[in-house]
Amino acid sequence: MRKMFALAGLLASLNGSYSMVHASDWNMPVGVSQVSRDVYGLHMIIFWICVIIGVIVFGVMFYSLFRYRRSKGAKAAQFHEHTTVEIVWTAIPFLILIAMAIPATATLKNMYDASEADYDVMITGHQWRWQYDYMGEDVTFFSNMSTPREQIAGTEEKGEHYLLEVDQPLVLPVDRKIRLLTTSADVIHSWWVPDLAVKKDAVPGFVNESWTRIDEPGIYRGQCTELCGKDHGFMPVVVHAMEQEQFDTWLAERKQAAAEEAGGVDREWALDELIERGEKVYATICASCHQAEGQGMPPTFPGLAGNQALMDDLDRHIDVVVNGVSGSAMAAFSGTLSPVDIAAVITFERNAWGNDTGDAVQPADIQALVSP
Amino acid sequence: MAPKSPPKATLEHSQSASGSAAAHHVEEHHYRSGPLRWLLTTNHKEIGSLYLIFSLSMFMIGGAMALIIRLELFQPGLQMVQPEFFNQMTTMHGLIMVFGAVMPGFVGLANWMIPLQVGAPDMALPRLNNFSFWLLPIAFTLLLSTLLMPGGGPNFGWTFYAPLSTTYAPPSTTFFIFALHMAGISSILGAINIIATILNLRAPGMRLMDMTLFVWTWLITAFLLIAVMPVLAGVITMMLLDINFGTSFFNAAGGGDPVLFQHLFWFFGHPEVYIMILPAFGIVSVIIPTFARKRLFGYASMVYATASIAILSFLVWAHHMFAVGLPLVAELFFMYTTMLIAVPTGVKVFNWITTLFRGEITFETPMLFALAFVVLFTIGGFSGLMLAIAPADFQYHDTYFVVAHFHYVLVPGAVFSIMAAVYYWLPKWTGHYPDERLGRWHFWLSVIGVNLLFFPMHFAGLAGMPRRIPDYALQFADFNMASSIGGFLFGFSQLLFIWVIVKCVRGGVKAPASAWDGATDLEWTVPSPAPLHTFETPPDLRGFKFH
Repeated sequence: MRKMFALAGLLASLNGSYSMVHASDWNMPVGVSQVSRDVYGLHMIIFWICVIIGVIVFGVMFYSLFRYRRSKGAKAAQFHEHTTVEIVWTAIPFLILIAMAIPATATLKNMYDASEADYDVMITGHQWRWQYDYMGEDVTFFSNMSTPREQIAGTEEKGEHYLLEVDQPLVLPVDRKIRLLTTSADVIHSWWVPDLAVKKDAVPGFVNESWTRIDEPGIYRGQCTELCGKDHGFMPVVVHAMEQEQFDTWLAERKQAAAEEAGGVDREWALDELIERGEKVYATICASCHQAEGQGMPPTFPGLAGNQALMDDLDRHIDVVVNGVSGSAMAAFSGTLSPVDIAAVITFERNAWGNDTGDAVQPADIQALVSP
Repeated sequence: MAPKSPPKATLEHSQSASGSAAAHHVEEHHYRSGPLRWLLTTNHKEIGSLYLIFSLSMFMIGGAMALIIRLELFQPGLQMVQPEFFNQMTTMHGLIMVFGAVMPGFVGLANWMIPLQVGAPDMALPRLNNFSFWLLPIAFTLLLSTLLMPGGGPNFGWTFYAPLSTTYAPPSTTFFIFALHMAGISSILGAINIIATILNLRAPGMRLMDMTLFVWTWLITAFLLIAVMPVLAGVITMMLLDINFGTSFFNAAGGGDPVLFQHLFWFFGHPEVYIMILPAFGIVSVIIPTFARKRLFGYASMVYATASIAILSFLVWAHHMFAVGLPLVAELFFMYTTMLIAVPTGVKVFNWITTLFRGEITFETPMLFALAFVVLFTIGGFSGLMLAIAPADFQYHDTYFVVAHFHYVLVPGAVFSIMAAVYYWLPKWTGHYPDERLGRWHFWLSVIGVNLLFFPMHFAGLAGMPRRIPDYALQFADFNMASSIGGFLFGFSQLLFIWVIVKCVRGGVKAPASAWDGATDLEWTVPSPAPLHTFETPPDLRGFKFH
């Protein structure tokens, strides 16, 4: 098999693209893991097989089209079958395919062996952000696209990593086997990083398994590849691979931040403090459906600004955010947002866009609801 | 223009052109005039024309939607439309092109040509034929009307994966389901009619292995339709129940299984893609021998290859789902079966090319389209072979590489074959040759446009651009701009196609019964234009030398 990959590499170098380790503008990236290099090799082998067959087939075809035209005085021959030829051109493709299936099977088996991983990361797709959970480490966070809306609308110049940048990337150590578990909280998404040759659907109700071992530190970008609704195109994946020591430092900092966050539940929060925090939560989580000014997009996504029925019923408002609305696009946020964030965002919604209820929802009350 | 010689087939019952025209002149007075005639017609030629006109209208509507997509994707950023509307456009474009343009186009050709090619007076079930057609305008009016409903039309892709198409769908989805049910019933009834016609109404002396490849491929296609359209009906009914009656077939929170949806959809969907290509194989297998003036090479192996492809089409569906998390054994099984399809498909391509080899070739417009089909469909076949390699498919899946692949097999594949067929049979339908000069312009503009449109998509996909996104990262900008320019070139070239057809209906160089000197099939023994009724007495083909 190694020989075949070497052959593919040789052929690819004719193409001038093999020397580029990172994303090529024209071809599949070679990537930064053994699996991604194997996949690239398979891709180039099958590509060149197709090119060679194409040259032969189209060569014969265009030869016939030039040589046997009536305007050149050609006279039609009468033959219309030839058993030997027909058997040969059925058998040869069959043999080529068997030769191709062997390395493909080996690579696929390797891709499916997620055993003995050093780290497990649970990846949950949400409309329209990713959530990463370092299992057993008590570290979990959302990863939202950070490209400003102004760049998309064209009122601001587009940055270098337009649409492929996030607020918090998935941070992974290099040279470690990482098991990636994918699932979804709402519709089907698909988590893809071309440089790792990992693409796995995130399906609600299922946990899919894949793995990677990254060779080089760096930032690797990808996108959601399963149509998941309105903002499907705005759901990038960014992986930041770093050396183990750096990773350990990063993980320790995240753990400490998480511990501090948990402490915030017990204290009394002021109204302004909640609104300030809630505004940020709203912008990253809620605004894509309910819109920046709370106007919503009826009938699918109801408006919140001036929604008197909701403002009159605090309990229902809390219930909707915590438990979701069954049979609709409204997800239950009890599992994905912290009690502080839930309390803050509800408080913000009840005191923004003319909803002047003055209600301040305390994180402790939400905590009591979520885990009584 | 091909010299016009009398048909090579000489039949006992063939009538002289002038004689039959006079005979039919009297009969046609029985027919109503005005719109009711078209509403109530049971004549296979009229229904065939209705199907073809419907298909062309849908092709233009679906094409206009594609141009909206290409306009938005001309540059990075959101300029023309919002993502919600963009998603409705991608969804409706796919649904209309698949169910409204390509399938009815082939059914229209089947209606016109199958009775003429098997020597039958009409389709076996003429009233059912009328019903099959008239379901379609109703279904598609309903489908298009969803765009105006609150919450907009279907926005979940033509594959309508649950739960995006159930729990998270706009309220108009119920109407989408109803429309698709009607289109499905139309297809099933049409398929029954085609099978009944081919099996029962062949002229005496025509055995199955005497039929043209067009009839053969349609016979096999019709069986595929009967096998899989009910599966589609089942899956959309399950959606209907999930949306309106509180079931949880595809809702994980209720114990359902979103992946089940994909298995059911692609069990329908993969044979469906062959439904859209097998009749194309038939058309090309009829046109190439005509203009190479040489019998089709390997007739029997063509029939067996078509049947093998049809059988294999039931065993490959999960290659659309390699990234969904199937177990390793399933991935391997579906990878092997999918690779296997390359064998019979290769046989077909080799047969076409060997038919050309040592022929006596001329390049009229139908031949140009047929030759472009062979080259460009084969390119789509190559990318299909690449997609079959499951480990590599993880990189290709749901990117523009896939979009390039299936547009190559569907546009310069299926659609070019329909255009080839239209140019080939227009003399039979109208009694006039289509304008050869305009036809060539149409061909060259289309072939340049279609390649500029779809070839760069291979690169965009390999470089990492996902499909179905309204906006994209900057490194994909050049490919998208090229695609958009190609899209507009291809799209507007089709106005020329309409003009050629209108011009041909209205007049032109008169065509004799056998319009192409290399053509030997039965339809060229009846006058041009074909009178409303043909083969009222079946021709006796015993002892007739076929193809």
